[in-house]
Amino acid sequence: MSVAPVLEKCRAEGRAALIGYLPVGFPTVEGSIAAMRVLVDSGVDIIEIGVPYSDPVMDGPVIQDAAVRALAVGVRLSDIFTAAEAVAGAGAGALVMTYWNPVLRYGVERFATDLAAAGGAGLITPDLIPDEAGDWIAAADRHDLDKVFLVAPSSTPERLEAVTAQCRGFVYATAVMGVTGARASVGEAAGALVSRTREHTDLPVCVGLGVSDGDQAAEVGRFADGVIVGSALVRCLTEAATPAEGLTALGVLARDLAAGVGRGRS
Amino acid sequence: MTAKPSQTPTPLPLALAGAADLPRGRFGAFGGRYVPEALIPALEQLEEVWRKASIDPEFVGELERLHKTYTGRPSIITEVPRFAEHCGGARVILKREDLNHTGSHKINNVLGQALLTKRMGKTRVIAETGAGQHGVATATAAALLGLECVIYMGRKDTERQALNVARMRLLGATVVPVDHGSKTLKDAVNEAFRDWVANVGTTHYVLGTVTGPHPFPEMVRDFHRIIGVEAREQVLDLVGRLPDVVCACVGGGSNAMGIFHRFLDDASVRLVGFEAGGAGVDTGEHAARFATGIPGVLHGAYTYVMQDTDGQTIDSHSVSAGLDYPSVGPEHAFLLESGRAEYRPITDVEAMEAFSLLSRTEGILPAIESAHALAGAMKLGRELGREAVILVNLSGRGDKDVHTAAEWFGLIDSDDDADGRRGRLPDDPGAEGVGEQQ
Repeated sequence: MSVAPVLEKCRAEGRAALIGYLPVGFPTVEGSIAAMRVLVDSGVDIIEIGVPYSDPVMDGPVIQDAAVRALAVGVRLSDIFTAAEAVAGAGAGALVMTYWNPVLRYGVERFATDLAAAGGAGLITPDLIPDEAGDWIAAADRHDLDKVFLVAPSSTPERLEAVTAQCRGFVYATAVMGVTGARASVGEAAGALVSRTREHTDLPVCVGLGVSDGDQAAEVGRFADGVIVGSALVRCLTEAATPAEGLTALGVLARDLAAGVGRGRS
Repeated sequence: MTAKPSQTPTPLPLALAGAADLPRGRFGAFGGRYVPEALIPALEQLEEVWRKASIDPEFVGELERLHKTYTGRPSIITEVPRFAEHCGGARVILKREDLNHTGSHKINNVLGQALLTKRMGKTRVIAETGAGQHGVATATAAALLGLECVIYMGRKDTERQALNVARMRLLGATVVPVDHGSKTLKDAVNEAFRDWVANVGTTHYVLGTVTGPHPFPEMVRDFHRIIGVEAREQVLDLVGRLPDVVCACVGGGSNAMGIFHRFLDDASVRLVGFEAGGAGVDTGEHAARFATGIPGVLHGAYTYVMQDTDGQTIDSHSVSAGLDYPSVGPEHAFLLESGRAEYRPITDVEAMEAFSLLSRTEGILPAIESAHALAGAMKLGRELGREAVILVNLSGRGDKDVHTAAEWFGLIDSDDDADGRRGRLPDDPGAEGVGEQQ
């Protein structure tokens, strides 16, 4: 089921959606699903369910580290569907974020079938551009799944036009040139990119890369349709002494972020 | 010997090499551009600048001048009759890319990309390196052209190729050891991509082989194509006919594409690539992508990848850092599937035997990477017999490998029991030592 209604609801409430990323399988599959439930209970609207991958070229050290540890404890691609089912069951949008090769190896059509059956909303594909995504676009359309492609500050008007034309659900605007990771400042590039993107699409535009606290979420939420937070959430889990402490820290940060998007346009 | 009609010096073949008959960025089903959107404008700019440069006499002339006055091109060929005795008596001819400045074929590509970097108005280059040869070549070109240079290298490779780390630093480059994953070439590439995404406005990524997102596989091949262009003429002059087989080692596959490409239309010439069989293909400790891999995406290209059933990359293994890579250039995947080229694994033991043999029979220390091609020539020669003419791309020299080879053959004095040695040099009269018995 598409995340479009979730974004619609947030828009009706006069706020940006809060989108939180966590990798499946860290610290364990069950632990990661419990963490996703904490996010939903703390006000996160859409969960980005991360697929741990051996060669994550778009990720900074925090998410790389979590992926390595998840793979080391034996997370499997099929665990993604378990997580999607749990997230959808908890009432949040369940988008899967994955590098392309795991989907390719699993089989694009088979992956789309299983994701739709689990209640997943669709895919965010950081290393798959629409130009190379013919099979995925066809499968997503057959299974009524969202296709979230990325745009970047370096994107030309031609690229913005081509990419947004193939998106469904929302457009993922990477706020800065660089890999994932919390940053002191999200920068002016994000606002400019959102404006430029809107010249090419009526889809919601959500901003990711760098947001780490409620104030930044409020700032980004003033101009974006959704605020995407990843590394800061993951760090709550990787730096915790125990899984329970990790969940506690995660809840505190998620509520701070939710309050941030809540006051963003007030 | 009669002169060949085409004796005029061969101009750089860049303009001739455009793959107009192939869909853009694809070799059959392979290739493509699987990278974050943030890099697409840089790849488009690179392709545009490169296509224009490749037909610009000023660019072609400048690269040709550098190759003549700096690289040392054309590189010679050397017939190696004493080594050939171990190759079933076939005639064996080496293309001596090891004699290029910096010691390998890598400089061909790097000078081209460094000139393109200047044309794009960028001031900083980054590169990955495995054996260190591409890193040394990039650091060299950066020094020559006044570019800032950062080299990413897996921690494991910095240890087994320590001499090349020092060389890069002497040349003014910053060498960043990479501690992620398998700590080898694959992880160095990941880190270079991360740097590039963040700094693409000022930085060009001098990718070191014929893989990665389009246009790298095609562009890097074209910068290396001069190897085969020269070698084909040289073999014709020496032998009076084309070789029966062209051999090259294949890591990412740039030296192999460089020597293969000019022979693609010569149907009588077999093209054989040798990948790293490591401890043996059945042990799982290898880098034999074509023997065990399946098509998938890694580092921007759709090609053969060593991967598990979930699409996670499997770590590769090889005594040779330059071949220790779980993927391979997409054009090689195409040549395999189309049947134009063959690929075979060579084990560490076979490669080191060839390393030793060439050193002792011809006085040429090959790079361990290139020793895989030599070992392949030994096998092919025995299969084909005395009438065969085998051209081997000696892609690099072995100076960087002296430490690895010395350890392998137990040539370093130590207190360890000699039983721990993995190899032993054959017929070494000094093996027992002279006047040193204890």
